[in-house]
Amino acid sequence: MPAPAQTRVIFKHIDEAGYTNDLGCYLRHGGYETLKKSVARPPADLIEEVKKSGLRGRGGAGFPCGVKWSLVDRKSGKPIYLIVNADESEPGTFKDRYIMHQDPHQLIEGTIISCFANNVKQAYIYIRGEMPEGARILEKAIAEARAANFVGPNILGTGYSCEIYVHRGAGAYICGEETGLIESLEGKRANPRIKPPYFPAVLGLYQCPTIVNNVETLCQVKHIAEIGGEAYAKSGTPGNTGTRIFCVSGHVQRPGYYEFPAGTITMGQLLNEVCGGPLPGRTFKAVIPGGSSAKVLRFGERYKGKRKAGADMVDYDWGVEDVPMDFDSLAMIGSMGGSGGVIVMDDSVNMVEALANINAFYQHESCGQCTPCREGSLWMKKISSRMVHGDARKEDAALLKSVADQIPGRTICAFGEACSWPTQSFLIKFKDEFEGYAEAKKSLPADRLALV
Amino acid sequence: MIAAPKPDLVTVNIDGVDIAVPKGTNVIEAAKQLQKDVPHYCYHPKLTVAGNCRMCMVEMGMPAVDPATKAPVMDAATGKQKINWIPRPQIGCGTTVAPGMHIKTSSPMVKDAREGVMEFLLVNHPLDCPICDQAGECKLQEQATGYGRGYSRFIEEKNVKPKRTQLGPRVTLDDERCILCSRCVRFSKEIAQDDVLGFVDRGSYSTLTCHPGKKLENNYSLNTVDICPVGALTSTDFRFKMRVWFLKQTNTIDIESSVGVNAMVWSREGVIYRLTPRRNDEVNDTWMADSGRLLYKQVAAADRLGAVAVNGAASSHDSAINAAAELLKAGSVALVGSGRASVEEQFLLKKLADQLGVNASLVARTAAGDKLLISADRNPNVRGALVTGLVSALPAAQLTQLAADIDAGKVKTVLSHGEDLVAAGLTAAQLAKVSIIYLGTHVNPTSAAAKVVVPTLHTFEKAGTFVNQQFRIQKFAAAVPGPQGASNDLMVLAKLLSALGAAAPASDVHGLWTTLAAAVPALATMLYKNIPETGLLLDATPWAGLPFVEGETLKFKPAAAA
Repeated sequence: MPAPAQTRVIFKHIDEAGYTNDLGCYLRHGGYETLKKSVARPPADLIEEVKKSGLRGRGGAGFPCGVKWSLVDRKSGKPIYLIVNADESEPGTFKDRYIMHQDPHQLIEGTIISCFANNVKQAYIYIRGEMPEGARILEKAIAEARAANFVGPNILGTGYSCEIYVHRGAGAYICGEETGLIESLEGKRANPRIKPPYFPAVLGLYQCPTIVNNVETLCQVKHIAEIGGEAYAKSGTPGNTGTRIFCVSGHVQRPGYYEFPAGTITMGQLLNEVCGGPLPGRTFKAVIPGGSSAKVLRFGERYKGKRKAGADMVDYDWGVEDVPMDFDSLAMIGSMGGSGGVIVMDDSVNMVEALANINAFYQHESCGQCTPCREGSLWMKKISSRMVHGDARKEDAALLKSVADQIPGRTICAFGEACSWPTQSFLIKFKDEFEGYAEAKKSLPADRLALV
Repeated sequence: MIAAPKPDLVTVNIDGVDIAVPKGTNVIEAAKQLQKDVPHYCYHPKLTVAGNCRMCMVEMGMPAVDPATKAPVMDAATGKQKINWIPRPQIGCGTTVAPGMHIKTSSPMVKDAREGVMEFLLVNHPLDCPICDQAGECKLQEQATGYGRGYSRFIEEKNVKPKRTQLGPRVTLDDERCILCSRCVRFSKEIAQDDVLGFVDRGSYSTLTCHPGKKLENNYSLNTVDICPVGALTSTDFRFKMRVWFLKQTNTIDIESSVGVNAMVWSREGVIYRLTPRRNDEVNDTWMADSGRLLYKQVAAADRLGAVAVNGAASSHDSAINAAAELLKAGSVALVGSGRASVEEQFLLKKLADQLGVNASLVARTAAGDKLLISADRNPNVRGALVTGLVSALPAAQLTQLAADIDAGKVKTVLSHGEDLVAAGLTAAQLAKVSIIYLGTHVNPTSAAAKVVVPTLHTFEKAGTFVNQQFRIQKFAAAVPGPQGASNDLMVLAKLLSALGAAAPASDVHGLWTTLAAAVPALATMLYKNIPETGLLLDATPWAGLPFVEGETLKFKPAAAA
């Protein structure tokens, strides 16, 4: 079956010749028309549209956006804040950056619509510290939007006022974890908070109810407001509505970002047809489907089970290539859709060394607050680095797996899962490679890339 | 007695046992009521919950209800409501009880989680227990033994961090031992209100340190040592002095102010090594000021009085008592009692005053309170003197009436129980005009000028009671014997009474209390042995009108000015 054509909704104007990130260009392309329509509607209608749309958060967890909004404590009398999570840090993910760089007004429009729907008077864009250019562009775009009365006091004469502030992140992966982000925004170390009791919807920024949404999610909201929740829900597949942006990196002919209705394209179509297949003379070995913390998939393995198709349960028997790229299918085969960062590895990759790199990253980014993640991530890194740079032992494979098994589900935030899933999955799927690494190492070229 | 309001109770099931606990209780505290140990490091009952050590993980479940009808889902096998167990462990410290909540504190999942956390805590810990001061009272040692795996799988190099950092004048930090529980950080911020500690760097390289340009030097810094579950924060004073398992613990009361902080003396073979706070939720929670802890140094100070003396010459105890009795019998006597003396001593001094037909005075000590555990009234037991009737008004800092009486020739003999009369405003010339009988612990101008000197015991060397600012009577016990030549104050006072012809009262605390209870209305229903370790509140209404010099402290609010 040939791959469907791309449906660019969020990325409609990305890389479009002549499209610039200023207000004039955005307005020429119909910008802020949706905002004008939206502010004339009752806010509850907009929330209802988002609920009907089935929109799932695009930051990684895939939590239904409408549900998130409905959990917000609106009776406390405290102000409600909205935070745009623009701390895009998951290795392999590069979608939000392009929205902010090339189409910032789309984000601002989506943000203001979401703020209006939730009666938010103050929103923050928490942008990754390493993206100064994006911050500059956003500042300029907000100033333009403010001058045109799309942001600020008495928006479009409705009496509704909302300010957006850009806050540059503190330069750490964990700043993207929503409660860590809130701590960081409050000026503290980005140590994630314990939940309960600090659910952002109730006790978020400055202990006020807070909505934290990913950049792409808010852009999707703009689109939902434009076409309506029911129309939106028709694209994609039930439970996985709308489009998804896949950021394909690694060993394919045409890496890049591609937008498709969720679930309408399989991994094989994406990699072989859209991305042009493996590099000449190579074959695919493994793929991480949703950012580096997602569990790795091994080409050649089969996934069998029963899945829902409409009201019925049907058997499925998939290879990696057959898996539809949506949240539920990827979760069903033991990985996740995550942030859409698809990392492809071919047969030139040694999995021990790949994992050593991933482990070095997560060790470096653990905030250090809670024990299993703090000590486990460093221990895994020390083992995998020693295997690569020092003596590898056969028993290291089992030890690595066992250390990783002691982390997930026992930490304050999801970083515990993020740092242990790669090791767990690499060790399950490539156990032989880890156990035989001491031998294999002898025949590896001495001048291969040095690791962190 | 005012009955406490009945708390809202919530029934939870812990390891199969139903227990009702007050609403808001967390799982660690609820389990404690069933004598179930939920091991933990970062949780402290008097600090906010951080939930970072992950040691207190338990398995939790809630009764199942049908999502649509909200009707309970029953388990056919047991006939009880089905329990939906959460597939991942939850932290006990951050989980507050809810009606019907089910908890398992030692299921395989919990054991596995604890083993994992214990192993993680030890991989970068130096394991230098043989040279670590915390050994013997280290949570890491105890819980590694109780819940750990028992062997190490770690063959990598351990992290290197700063050793022997002086965080302030009294606290030494070893960062390699630190398990980053943040108790000290939270204490400094929340209790001491001196936010000087924090972490730098991240992940396993996180390091506890003082903020730039700051020191941990507030008067509560040693509490961080008490609450440090490992050997990271140690007392610079106590470090390397003694193994804790050799030390005997004796309950005492902090003598530095009227708060009456509950404390513990740690001693071995008659030598005191340290003082630490003892939990009393009505008085000091689990805290104590540094200044009070260092007072044990008075006990072995070089200026301790050690010899009984009459007219400057060494004397036997009996001749000194007789010499003192002769002076007292001659009349024109003034008695100076002390707000640092125990209730029992004040009671005997009151008897002595009655025998001689004179009134006693007291010396006030006041300074600004710190709103925490040091009050404005720096005497631990002024209220004892009121309760026993030794005085009926609040004391002044200066003995102006006594000075005038000496100058007028009305007073020929002064008996001072531990008070330095010069510090209380008398001049050397005035001291020279009278015969002084001094019962006290340390050398001072009064002991130097005294005709009769009888060395007595320090608080840590004797038993007794104090009445604190709340009118809470609290008892203390003798931790160490007094120095050679020093006698128990009660014995000296009893002997004086008997030399003056009065019926000899008992000279030990227990014996004396039958008399005391009979004579003092406020203590009528008590006995020393029946006073709980956390003290008993007395009815303070007879003294409610007195203008006590007190500000607010941790557990005390002065009555609003009328």
